[in-house]
Amino acid sequence: MPLLELRSVSLAFGGLQVVTDLDLAVEEGEIVSVIGPNGAGKTTLFNLITGIYRPDEGDILLDGASLVGLQPHQITRRGIARTFQTLRLFLNMTVRDNVMSAAYGHTKAGLFRAMLRTPAMRREEREIRELAERRLAFFGERLMGYRWDQPAYSLSYANRRRLEIARATATNPRILLLDEPAAGMNPAETHEITELIGQLRTEGGYTILVIEHDMHVVEGISDRVVALDHGVKIAEGSFVEVATSPLVVEAYLGLGTAERK
Amino acid sequence: MTDSTPRDLHIPAEGPAVGQDEWVARHTERRLVRGGRLGVVEQRLRAAPWWAWLVLFAAAASLIPVVESSGYVRRVGFDTVIFMLLALGLNVVVGWGGLLDLGYIAFYGVGAYTYAIFDSDKFGMHLPTIVAVPAITIVGALVGLLVGLPSRRLSGDYLAIVTLFFLELFETVATNGNQIFGHDITGGANGILGVDPLSFFGHQLAVQHNGIFAVSYYYVAVALFLVVFVALRFVNLSRVGRAWRSLREDPLAAEVMGMPVNWLKLTAFATGAAVAALTGTLATALSASVFPLNFSPVVLITVYAMVILGGSGSQAGVALGAVLVNVLLQLLQNPDQARVLFYLLVVVGVITAFRWSRTLAVVSAATVALGFAVHAVVSSIDKTWATIGHSGFSGVLSHWVVVPGALAPWVGQVSYGVLIAAALAVTQLRGVPRLVALPPTIYLAAFVWENVMLPNPGPTRYIVLGLLLIVLMIARPNGLLGERRVEIV
Repeated sequence: MPLLELRSVSLAFGGLQVVTDLDLAVEEGEIVSVIGPNGAGKTTLFNLITGIYRPDEGDILLDGASLVGLQPHQITRRGIARTFQTLRLFLNMTVRDNVMSAAYGHTKAGLFRAMLRTPAMRREEREIRELAERRLAFFGERLMGYRWDQPAYSLSYANRRRLEIARATATNPRILLLDEPAAGMNPAETHEITELIGQLRTEGGYTILVIEHDMHVVEGISDRVVALDHGVKIAEGSFVEVATSPLVVEAYLGLGTAERK
Repeated sequence: MTDSTPRDLHIPAEGPAVGQDEWVARHTERRLVRGGRLGVVEQRLRAAPWWAWLVLFAAAASLIPVVESSGYVRRVGFDTVIFMLLALGLNVVVGWGGLLDLGYIAFYGVGAYTYAIFDSDKFGMHLPTIVAVPAITIVGALVGLLVGLPSRRLSGDYLAIVTLFFLELFETVATNGNQIFGHDITGGANGILGVDPLSFFGHQLAVQHNGIFAVSYYYVAVALFLVVFVALRFVNLSRVGRAWRSLREDPLAAEVMGMPVNWLKLTAFATGAAVAALTGTLATALSASVFPLNFSPVVLITVYAMVILGGSGSQAGVALGAVLVNVLLQLLQNPDQARVLFYLLVVVGVITAFRWSRTLAVVSAATVALGFAVHAVVSSIDKTWATIGHSGFSGVLSHWVVVPGALAPWVGQVSYGVLIAAALAVTQLRGVPRLVALPPTIYLAAFVWENVMLPNPGPTRYIVLGLLLIVLMIARPNGLLGERRVEIV
């Protein structure tokens, strides 16, 4: 049974069909890339999986259990975490608080226990703190020590992308959805993020679904590639298979280009 | 070669390390605006833990009634602590939750009225304080939960309108509550009188002691403030507090990171409401009465002014804001204190505008000379047009600013209008024309202050408060103790 499965999912905004009859399966431990031109419905796919949109038709299953109709925070608790293409950090909170806040779903201490600072609450708080520092330490020097107490807005763009990933992993997910993790990064940083995604699987044990435009990154990390265009899956398979598929070339370069080549 | 490295280009001894972001590494260093001794003091003050400040506050607050034992000071102190409590509660909703709750004062009213109903002859119930106060806090939280329900779907301005409507609703119900299906619940516009004072284990805490305001209420209020402050502080440093702040920063991201945003909004609302209701019981126990007018939008705006001025999101900030605003409003009620405050503000304003320069000397001298000249001319025409005061600051001042014995109403109105025009002109002019326009404008301001504003302390208080808010928001957009905030980067 695949870890994440989409069964003929469709979604329309009024008359605009954004996703049409989409099937997708991600096996445990896999890294799957989603590619496609702008407006192909890649981020919409993520919004569907995380419960921000509800599909008009079809079903989305995590480990065989349907996610349709659940609130986004409930879906996160079941083990799906994501990052945002447009970076949605809690900018005026410290780097550490950003990551600690994401532990909300799998921790318990409520308002009253916090007011009284019960021993259980203090222990849990210590655990959250250690979890956050471990997650940040995953990025090595980049997000270490002195940066933990600085507000997130003081981070550079690349570090903000790293912090988004750290925050997502603090929800203790089984599957990570990364929305363009290499966008806006320089070649060195892009190379670094490629290695990092591999490490997230080997060391973190996460299954990863990633949207990426940079074909070097896609080639470097993917077990499997899925290409979307106008909300329809036009190709699926290994990187080479998808990259040479006439439909994909057409979607990126325009009608007729595949034949001429 | 002289050592001419500017302070802000100081490079750490070990030098920038490889792979280390210099700009970020020096973040703390750059936050220190001032150099020299003042900078060191600032650094030390920042390093002090929050509870040290709280202990300092508790000590200072406990000493006030000892140093100055007049009933007036005690009463002002009590009211200030009430406002500090209200500001703490509002800070939860607005400063942490980021929810614009304009119905906040209604929860204060709910607490006050519920206490009056539980503890007066109105219904013959006389619940002991130890039962009534926790019960009312819970009632406040529940009402907050109900009013917060729309916040599940509304945000920003829309939520503000709905909650403002709730405040109006509360006032209307309280004012007409003497005929709810033929029953008198709230006493209508006359309110509820004869409310019990606080009582602990059968012992009543008298409001008056030998004819002056009993100091015990002040200490109860301060103790309550300390408890609420610490409790909320602990919440802010917990999982729930982080979730509230995440919600303020980005509700969608918070939801996707596993935080139940709708529930968190409700708890923020309910917590704020509970604090407000709790404060309401205390205020009512002291004044022994409640009236609908105690919960008008003016009170709401005052509490908001405190929160914004002090620094929304910072507990110490909003408490400081409450002290400043309430003490300022009290000072402005007394003409002599208000006068000193006004001229002090003018002097400070002119000095900050020109610093210690020749321009400052010229403008000051011109203003002083202009005043004496105008005064001399006016009094030579008619002695009664420029009355002379007797003693003190106002006596000296009356030789400078013209205060006619009897002022035709139109003179005040016209001078007020001209002052606004002149002030606008000064902000638009540059260079020499501005310098020329400034002394007459200042003199006109003094004239208007003495002849129009001082005789009407009611509106004047709020005008001065408004001006202060404008100036402060320009100088420090995040309030006195608010941390720097960024909206979009």
